[in-house]
Amino acid sequence: MSLLQVKQVNLSFHSRKLFKGKDQTNKVLNDISFAIDEGTCLGLIGTSGAGKSTLGKVILGIQRPQQGQVLFQGYDIYNADKATQHKIRRDLQVVFQDSYSAVNPRMTAERIISEPLENYEKLTIGEQRRRVIELLERVGLNEKDIKKYPHQFSGGQLQRINIARAIALKPKLIVLDESVSSLDMVTQSLILQLLNELKDDFGLSYLFITHDIKAAFSISDHIAVLEKGELVEHYHSKDQFLSSKHPAVKRLRDSILAEHPRFRTITTRANMG
Amino acid sequence: MKAKLRDILKSQKVIVICSLILCVLFLITIFAPWIAPNEPIAVNLTHKLQQPSLDYPLGTDHLGRCTFSRILYGARISIGFAMLIFISALSIGLIIGIIAGYKGGWVDQLLMRFGDGLMAIPSLLFVLGFVGIWGAGLKQVILGLILVQWVYYARVIRGMVLSLKEQNYITAAIISGSSTWTIMKKHIIPNVLPSLAVMGTLEMGWAIMNLSSMSFLGLGVQPPIPEWGAMIHEGKSYIRTHPALMIYPGLMIMLVVVTFNLLGESLSERFGVKRR
Repeated sequence: MSLLQVKQVNLSFHSRKLFKGKDQTNKVLNDISFAIDEGTCLGLIGTSGAGKSTLGKVILGIQRPQQGQVLFQGYDIYNADKATQHKIRRDLQVVFQDSYSAVNPRMTAERIISEPLENYEKLTIGEQRRRVIELLERVGLNEKDIKKYPHQFSGGQLQRINIARAIALKPKLIVLDESVSSLDMVTQSLILQLLNELKDDFGLSYLFITHDIKAAFSISDHIAVLEKGELVEHYHSKDQFLSSKHPAVKRLRDSILAEHPRFRTITTRANMG
Repeated sequence: MKAKLRDILKSQKVIVICSLILCVLFLITIFAPWIAPNEPIAVNLTHKLQQPSLDYPLGTDHLGRCTFSRILYGARISIGFAMLIFISALSIGLIIGIIAGYKGGWVDQLLMRFGDGLMAIPSLLFVLGFVGIWGAGLKQVILGLILVQWVYYARVIRGMVLSLKEQNYITAAIISGSSTWTIMKKHIIPNVLPSLAVMGTLEMGWAIMNLSSMSFLGLGVQPPIPEWGAMIHEGKSYIRTHPALMIYPGLMIMLVVVTFNLLGESLSERFGVKRR
């Protein structure tokens, strides 16, 4: 059985304006179904506004879809009882794109990372501190960083703290919502490397949401393409993706810059001139 | 360290000076019984309407009571009860604002529309109503002022909670398994309180003003208890012959209100907090 199963999820937002006639319905997710197996990573690619992040929220259990089911380890996360939901939360974590807004500016690294531990594990202060230090070291930070505040870290370091918080409870699935998109190329590859290591060490599964195809390739086992709220294609290998004829996929593929301008497939202003 | 302190003193002159004045005032409020040379309510008709002297630093009023002592004790009532109004209105506003902002939906609508309804009625009207029911007194005035004032806090806090709620760290906290109560305690209240402290400084001036004006109208503090507004009220019959009876308490009200407002304004400028 798959770790996560998404079955025919539909979601639309209604906007209703006073004195402005009819309701407006904005369909964000249209009949989406897919599954993630234990220990694998699904890369979810799509342009801005395709509904990627909303789908991430649906999976995390914070945006209830109007139709469809999200099954995590066989439990329907929106219709389970409170105790089961609390149990599921533990195994389902997130790392956001903007590392600065994902941490409370008034809390130290220690308090940020220990928040999930406090909620699920009753540890003594000493044990908890030891766990936080272990986690910090695991994500490539230092014991000294424990008392620092978010503004004292760089974007990459802060993203490591977010990752440490996400893995604190040894979850099964982590939703990486554009987690590396706002970092520079060097930091990006370091974080991706860290994520790959963690995946092997803890047997994690990822849902890697991104618009960056190269980043997706470097970490994902499968690739899914989302366009305008529809899951248009689902590939099990990189080659399948590269040879696909689907127009949405072609557009995404063309957006990858070639290593040399000579190999470019689309005309840009530079080589037209 | 010393150089840094000097820098702060220089760049934040207004904040430093206002804070110093308020510190002195608070000390006076606390130590009034030790500083005051005379009993504030001791009537001595043989010494009535005297000029300032060593025994009576600011002279005496129409009943021979020491004006200086009365002003010192009056600070206790004015500042003390203004703080009571501020803290109660803040607590009510904090609870209601957080619930409305965090829950949203019909709970939000209900609480906020109720607040709007209260705001439509001036606090003076409430005070008059309560005085009509229970007679004049400090309790009625305080109740009337709190009843309207909490709405301002609730509105501001609701706005702050609404924008905080959209922050990713709140979502991350939910996903970390934190309960609503934990999120309030750890993330929302600590992020709301600093702005409230700034707003509160401005509101203190408002509360002192209102308390004194109600007492001046004879609705609030009743004689012989010394209160600045009430002292002006008592002194107004002697405005031609002994204007000092009104001037000293008037100056005190002005000093305190202006200091609180200046401090509040410069704090909000410094920390970028918008009022209302």
